[in-house]
Amino acid sequence: MAVGKEIKEQISSVKSTQKITSAMEKVAVSKMRRAQLRMQESRPYADKIRIVASHIANANSEYNHRYLQERDIKRVGYIVVSSDRGLCGGLNNNLFKRVAQHAKDWKGQGVEVDFCAIGSKASLFFNSFGGNVVASKSHLGDAPELASLIGAVKVMLDAFDEGRIDRLFIVHNRFVNTMTQQPIAVQLLPLKADEDDSRQYQWDYIYEPNAESIMDGLLLRYIESQVYQGVVENNACEQAARMLAMKNATDNAGGMIDELNLLYNKARQAAITQEISEIVGGAAAV
Amino acid sequence: MAITVHCDIVSAEENLFSGLVERIVAMGEMGELGIEPGHTPLLTPLRPGPVRVVKQGGKEEIVYVSGGYLEVQPNVVTLLADTAVRAGDLDEAAALEAIKHAEQAIANQNAEFDYTMALSQLAEAAAQLRTIQQIREKLGKR
Repeated sequence: MAVGKEIKEQISSVKSTQKITSAMEKVAVSKMRRAQLRMQESRPYADKIRIVASHIANANSEYNHRYLQERDIKRVGYIVVSSDRGLCGGLNNNLFKRVAQHAKDWKGQGVEVDFCAIGSKASLFFNSFGGNVVASKSHLGDAPELASLIGAVKVMLDAFDEGRIDRLFIVHNRFVNTMTQQPIAVQLLPLKADEDDSRQYQWDYIYEPNAESIMDGLLLRYIESQVYQGVVENNACEQAARMLAMKNATDNAGGMIDELNLLYNKARQAAITQEISEIVGGAAAV
Repeated sequence: MAITVHCDIVSAEENLFSGLVERIVAMGEMGELGIEPGHTPLLTPLRPGPVRVVKQGGKEEIVYVSGGYLEVQPNVVTLLADTAVRAGDLDEAAALEAIKHAEQAIANQNAEFDYTMALSQLAEAAAQLRTIQQIREKLGKR
């Protein structure tokens, strides 16, 4: 029964693949819970500091901080947050498609684009895509720390300070729910004013002790917290996407095993039927 | 009922306080600040120390911050703390230990010793103690 043996081998190989995918799914489920928790814990701070930063942009300060100045755009910077590992469905691809689209739009306007790649998948992507990568950081692990991001962020901030880039964006996946993740691009610098500030009159803060040192410290914290939040959120997205992808893979493997089993049984029955008819035919001949 | 303003206290780890308050007393870079509803917009860094919040109805809550920023807007007061702990969680023994450690470090300075680091540690620990003492006084009054 040569045919039967081949099918059996195929079934066992699909079965072992199914075991791997279902194990990965279970790991992703537990990791996702922790990643989601981490994302929710740091979210209030990121939200509040964003609101404060938009207030600062609205204030008519006597001191015009460099992060508030709109400049002519000659070159823009993108911080691209991706995952370190693959096997998470179309998560990274969707993100990179978004980045490529943005890069194309800027190039159409004659603007150069610099990239800061966070996560090894982003580095790999830019190797083939051919962007100008000025900084990269990968292997942040499941519990990313702010301290490990500071270096990569500083490269981009220095570039902004020295006028090498005139705008800074961050691209990461937004966690909508476990089924849906959306790539989003947010402008970090220069700060964008909150449009729905209802106050029509001119106002400014009292700065204690002075505007310059406060803005330096606060805005740096703002950028860092936004990047950190992006990384943490992307991490939660990665686990959710992997969970979903692995669940689909496990289901598909199950379907495949059923089909192969049917095929195997059919082949076996056909072989038996053939044998019987041969015996019967032989007996009739005698 | 007293006039109130919305106040949010957040640290990088969690949301510590959110609600209507009658007054906030915090340690600003230039000295102690009392913020009441209707305060003019203000932005200041915070020094390590206790932040006292008088909630709507007069009940007080004390939160310890080891630095951060305070923003006052007409309708909201936001306190972005570096690390904030509800003062009830503070451990006095640990604070005393930290003070001793920092003072020792300052006393026997050696080549690779970071003086500013030790000073900031000392200030932080002293601030934690101050918070604990404030709570004690409050409890003693009642």
